Amino acid sequence: MTSIVDDRPAAGAKDPEPPRQSPARAALAFLRNTWRGLTAMRTALILLFLLALGAVPGAMLPQWPLNQPKTQQYITSHGWWGTLLNKLQFFSVFSSVWFSAVYVLLFVSLVGCLLPRTLDYGKQLFAKPVLTPRNLARLPHHSKSTVDGDPADVLAAARHELRGWRLVERAEADGSRSISAERGYLRETGNLVFHFALLGLIVAFALGKMFSYTGQVIVLANGSQFCDSGVLNYDSFTPGLEVDGTQLDPWCVRVNGFTASYQPTGQPAAYSANIDYQSGDDLSSDTWRPYDLKVNSPLRTAGDRVYLIGHGYAPQFTVTYPNGQTRTGLTQWKPDDQTTDLSEGATKFADPPGVTNPAELKQQQLAVTGLFAPTALFDGDVITSTYPALDNPAASIFVYQGDLGSDAGSQSIFAIDQGMVDSGQLKKVGQANLTPGQSVTLSDGTKVRFDLVQPWVSLQVSHDPTQDYVLLFAILLLLGLITSLVIKRRRLWVRAGPSDDGPPRAGGGSGRTVVEIGGLARTDQAGYGEEFVTLSARLLAAARTAARSSAGKDTT
Amino acid sequence: MSVNHTLAQYSNWAYTSAVAIYVLSMVFYLAEQAFGRRRATAAAPARQLVAAGAGGPAESTATPPAPPVSRPGERSMPERLGRMGIALTVLGVLVHLMSIVLRGLSVHRWPLGNMYEFMSFVCLIAMGAWLIMLRRFEIRRIGAFVLVPVVLLMFLGGTVLYTQAEPVVPALQSYWLVIHVTVVSTASGILLVPGVASLMYLLRNAHDRNPARFARLGPKLPGVDTLDRLAYRMTIFGFPLFTFGVICGAIWAESAWGRYWGWDPKETTAFVAWVVYAGYLHARATAGWRGGRAAVINVIGFAVMIFNLFFVNLVITGLHSYAGVG
Ligand code: HEM
Repeated sequence: MTSIVDDRPAAGAKDPEPPRQSPARAALAFLRNTWRGLTAMRTALILLFLLALGAVPGAMLPQWPLNQPKTQQYITSHGWWGTLLNKLQFFSVFSSVWFSAVYVLLFVSLVGCLLPRTLDYGKQLFAKPVLTPRNLARLPHHSKSTVDGDPADVLAAARHELRGWRLVERAEADGSRSISAERGYLRETGNLVFHFALLGLIVAFALGKMFSYTGQVIVLANGSQFCDSGVLNYDSFTPGLEVDGTQLDPWCVRVNGFTASYQPTGQPAAYSANIDYQSGDDLSSDTWRPYDLKVNSPLRTAGDRVYLIGHGYAPQFTVTYPNGQTRTGLTQWKPDDQTTDLSEGATKFADPPGVTNPAELKQQQLAVTGLFAPTALFDGDVITSTYPALDNPAASIFVYQGDLGSDAGSQSIFAIDQGMVDSGQLKKVGQANLTPGQSVTLSDGTKVRFDLVQPWVSLQVSHDPTQDYVLLFAILLLLGLITSLVIKRRRLWVRAGPSDDGPPRAGGGSGRTVVEIGGLARTDQAGYGEEFVTLSARLLAAARTAARSSAGKDTT
Repeated sequence: MSVNHTLAQYSNWAYTSAVAIYVLSMVFYLAEQAFGRRRATAAAPARQLVAAGAGGPAESTATPPAPPVSRPGERSMPERLGRMGIALTVLGVLVHLMSIVLRGLSVHRWPLGNMYEFMSFVCLIAMGAWLIMLRRFEIRRIGAFVLVPVVLLMFLGGTVLYTQAEPVVPALQSYWLVIHVTVVSTASGILLVPGVASLMYLLRNAHDRNPARFARLGPKLPGVDTLDRLAYRMTIFGFPLFTFGVICGAIWAESAWGRYWGWDPKETTAFVAWVVYAGYLHARATAGWRGGRAAVINVIGFAVMIFNLFFVNLVITGLHSYAGVG
């Protein structure tokens, strides 16, 4: 079925081959064979299998990018085995060398497979259905019968029945005529669209990984602002490979308030943050636009998305020093219990007023730590929380005095430096259970007052310039897939020749026609059986009807 | 809105009844198998011929799938048993459907908010899909085998995974949840049937090659060509649906978690399943991989889907597991 033209280059390349191959030629042959091997359907299949297999540890083992503490713990608790797996990149599967190797190979294989198929497809667009095979009986689907009427009538009827098929009628050497018909060209279109969309999706996904970033920041829901003007404004920032953090799209949000509602069980029912934002021209004109930020509806502005991903409480404490001066601290505490929002934290007062001498400073720094319960229940002195809403807020605090060790650099904002406590440089100087408005006085006359509680929200900022393209390719992929799976490619041949048996007629021949129908499915072979049976029955019925009506014409 | 506990209770009863009815219908199918030995053996040689031609580039004209032979008045006992099995399955599906509807009414939301509900829906779809295919293919004899995973999943769903009727957390309150979870569980349910069909294909194929293997069971299974066609037909329906479901999931994840894809365990396992099914379709177009090997791949795909339904939520914690066990 392949045309002669197609074979020529291959034959031409082979002919002048010298008996012994030059190294260049051998290298070329090697490359060619590798390429052929790589783009073979079987290789694609094996690579697909490897891809699936390679992804499995990504689901079974903890992964660095997803959960660092858990991964660390897994490695430590599995000894040399954990260390080995870590070396082999099993805890960061999707950036591992071996996983990348498989998908790069698959990618190359896909390209190599698509190029020739696209060319073939281009040719096929205009090609006529292939010649009728000499022996239709050897096809997987075949039927043969004899009907009254001329071959021409039979074929005319068949052509009529095969509307929508691409067909060509040819005269054959033995005097009979045949129709070659083919259907389902769109299937190949769908298949190519699918594979090209897959290609596009992979590229867009990879580019997205390079140019995207996410950042997280906690903002107090009391009118505080956050501006996306620099990486340092974030509490944490995860850039893609090609992001250096100097080219963030500027915008600002102001969090005015946060509301949550809960089921009686404490299960959250709805969260929403009342925010204002500005971006683009609004920045220079200082215009704020309101937005109701909810869990499933991020703010989309300036090419970024802002998500509400968490919330908690920030108790505010005011310290009145013995000299009468005050300092107010408002720091977010971290919810430890997800259903009751019992929170833990440390509000630090690193700069007592009027103290400039570093040595004295190291005596005078204060921290308020402990637990905060939005709906407190005391069991003796032990505080627990029974409900996440601010129904009966109370804090159970410890006051520490001494050296906070802040110059040690980056410290958790949720805890004091336990090392300083252990070394005695930071001492516990008081403890109390307080509700808002209550205060405790330390032995040196310092008063710590629990003023009030404010909610905070944790925002995630995501930037991914290619995600719209990924979606577009995903949709194309799906459409291509459906087309390709729904449409079946079928070939059908009808040969009609005069029959030898039967009584001879005046005009020559017997007036009867042998109709042979053959069918070949190019996809989903299994499904063609019943379809072929119905189709050939329909063709024959049409042929008989045609013969009858033309016979009617003859006699009148 | 509060939960209507009366309706929730009725829903639970319906669920238990559905499981009981399924078990009963399984018994009927098995009884048909046990008593229908002779008839099935007589049919075997014809099927083997067809199977022999199946290895080539194109399969021989397949026997058109006649509806289950029915000549009123002269139905054999096994035949009657099998038909009663089907009637029971239909009843089971109706009661099962009622359980899901009542659950939704009791919590005033789409009844796909946790693993128990999810599993129940997957099983309903699997049984529904099987009943529909039963009209086109002569596959009643694998009824019991389709019911095995369904009954097992429903049993585990009703015990290990059971969750009180409750509203869902804010991240799950989205119409994308409705679309994503419904589509994915529909696809999972649909893909369950070809998984079983391919497994039966492997048994039958082994038996056809060497009649000593699966000597008792083999002759009672549908022919390899029927099983292969059934598996393929349902997979090419389930696979694009699954693809669509995953895309919806990505859209939902983008608006709920800040990224459309994050290699969360559930996502990763869905990816694995997707690639395996792509492999199945490829295998069916690759010389030498069509029959048995393709069936093996399809069974693996099914195993990965089940693994994703269960294990990932129960054992591995990821973002998705909060749609999990209460
Ligand atoms: C990147 C990984 C690949 C995936 C996920 C994939 C997926 C698929 C899927 C799902 C199908 C069935 C749907 C359809 O017919 O359109 C398919 C068909 C096909 N693929 Fe791929 N493919 C991949 C790579 C390749 C490669 C590298 C080749 C070339 C060797 C290839 C060649 C084909 C062919 C020829 C078909 C048509 C099969 C038929 O006639 O039924 N694919 N592919």
